[in-house]
Amino acid sequence: MSEPAAISIRGLAKKYSNGFEALKGIDLEVKSGDFFALLGPNGAGKSTTIGIISSLVNKTSGSVSVFGIDIDRDFPKAKREVGIVPQEFNFNIFEKPIDILINQAGYYGMPRAEAIKNAEVYLKELGLWEKRHMPSRTLSGGMKRRLMIARALIHKPRLLILDEPTAGVDIELRRSMWKFIQQINQQGTTIILTTHYLEEAEQLCKNIAIINHGEIVENTDMKSLLRRLKKEVFVLDSINVLPADIIVKGHHVTRLDDHSLEIEVDKGQSLNNIFALLADSGVQIGSMRTRANRLEELFVELLNGSQEAKA
Amino acid sequence: MNYSEMMVAFVTLVRKEIRRFMRIWVQTLVPPAITMTLYFVIFGAIIGSRIGDMGGFTYMEFVVPGLIMMSVINNSYSNVVSSFFGAKFNNSIEELLVSPTPSFVILSGYVFGGVARGLCVGAIVTLMSTFFTDLNIQHVGITVLTVILTSIMFSLAGFINAVFANSFDDINIIPTFVLTPLIYLGGVFYSVSLLPDFWAGVSKINPMLYMVNTFRFGIIGVSDIDYRLALGMIVFFIILIGGVAYYLLETGRRIRT
Repeated sequence: MSEPAAISIRGLAKKYSNGFEALKGIDLEVKSGDFFALLGPNGAGKSTTIGIISSLVNKTSGSVSVFGIDIDRDFPKAKREVGIVPQEFNFNIFEKPIDILINQAGYYGMPRAEAIKNAEVYLKELGLWEKRHMPSRTLSGGMKRRLMIARALIHKPRLLILDEPTAGVDIELRRSMWKFIQQINQQGTTIILTTHYLEEAEQLCKNIAIINHGEIVENTDMKSLLRRLKKEVFVLDSINVLPADIIVKGHHVTRLDDHSLEIEVDKGQSLNNIFALLADSGVQIGSMRTRANRLEELFVELLNGSQEAKA
Repeated sequence: MNYSEMMVAFVTLVRKEIRRFMRIWVQTLVPPAITMTLYFVIFGAIIGSRIGDMGGFTYMEFVVPGLIMMSVINNSYSNVVSSFFGAKFNNSIEELLVSPTPSFVILSGYVFGGVARGLCVGAIVTLMSTFFTDLNIQHVGITVLTVILTSIMFSLAGFINAVFANSFDDINIIPTFVLTPLIYLGGVFYSVSLLPDFWAGVSKINPMLYMVNTFRFGIIGVSDIDYRLALGMIVFFIILIGGVAYYLLETGRRIRT
């Protein structure tokens, strides 16, 4: 028998008391072991979906199962499988990181001795061990984020949901955080990620859903989605200084600076012609790369498409 | 959650609550000791000596049980209201809500924390009172039972206040405008037998009267009302208020969105 999906959502709807319909009957499935991106603009319904899975938001209708456990039948059991890293800091800033972790483990019924052992493991792995006895208000923004990751993992959930975990975190910390998350994903923990850094989603996630105005507008695997790009954008770096007006017939070119330019190429088109035309203009290409934010283009395209469809 | 896991969650919450008020002992334990000592000095020693006997006891002997009870009520209430509202305010309540800890364990943990602070302050105030009068507790069982039940009741009431509060101002409204007048008019400083019949009758709808008098009965052996009726009323209110508090927590009203 195949393993049940980490998350299975059917017809999930949420209407707030002020009449706002945050979710309009969405269906979503996240496979066990997946690294899944849930993307959408602000107010699209991402946090409401996460809130329902974590019990902080009461759903209006629909069903949610976590590893086959229906939250309407046995929410406490389903909660054991989930670790949540919310968007906003939600711990008592007067408490120490070690106490925050031990208490959280206690709320899951974990004996204190085991909780202390686990807290040590995660505080060390996330670089917080030296700060364990400091009031958490004295931690930097990045440390507070890592503290919330450690807290979400303390009861060893099979599903970790990260809601904008890298907001306000510097590049170095972000990289080390992702390395750690990828590591736990490889060990079998399912990851659901929402982020505004689309290049992160593109690099990390295997599958993706895009939500807008409370509806899923796309749900597919990352490769298939990126394959849909009709055009690709390359960044070319020249050895010599680029001419002021650079034209490559049949292509849209943007001069970025004296030594680099961006060029749009239809998918599947040969690049030889472009190099030949550039060589004729006296440009000597030293290196080239694909522009990283391909997902961003698709994201905007899909959101615009869903808005136009409504109009 | 099985029984032992629930016990772990309960102990974790209680430990956290006790550590919270012990960490800020200057704000939580010292002020009631100072305030009650001033009451003992002013109402007991200075003014009380001119009042004379009340129900066959010196005024100091009469007033001490009421003042102890007053500090227990205020501190049980304020511990839960400030702790739970604080957790709501900084969203750390989500730590508990996302966990599998059942609602009754969460409620019990907060209430136990309130009772712990109420009893702690009650013990300090009792100790201070011994510098002003001799305490010969007449009915130890009734005294202990009354103080614990009253503390539970006001901890539950504090919880409900915290659920409905939207700001720190809201957690002071009930103690200032409801609790304090009821306590002051609940026979802490006087015997209702001194009041005209009409006002004595009106006083009997004040629940504080029953708690203060039952506690006084436990300590000095006299009361304006039957202690059995009073204990029954306290238990009734615990069930009523506890039921409302549990309902609010279980349904997530004003806690979840």
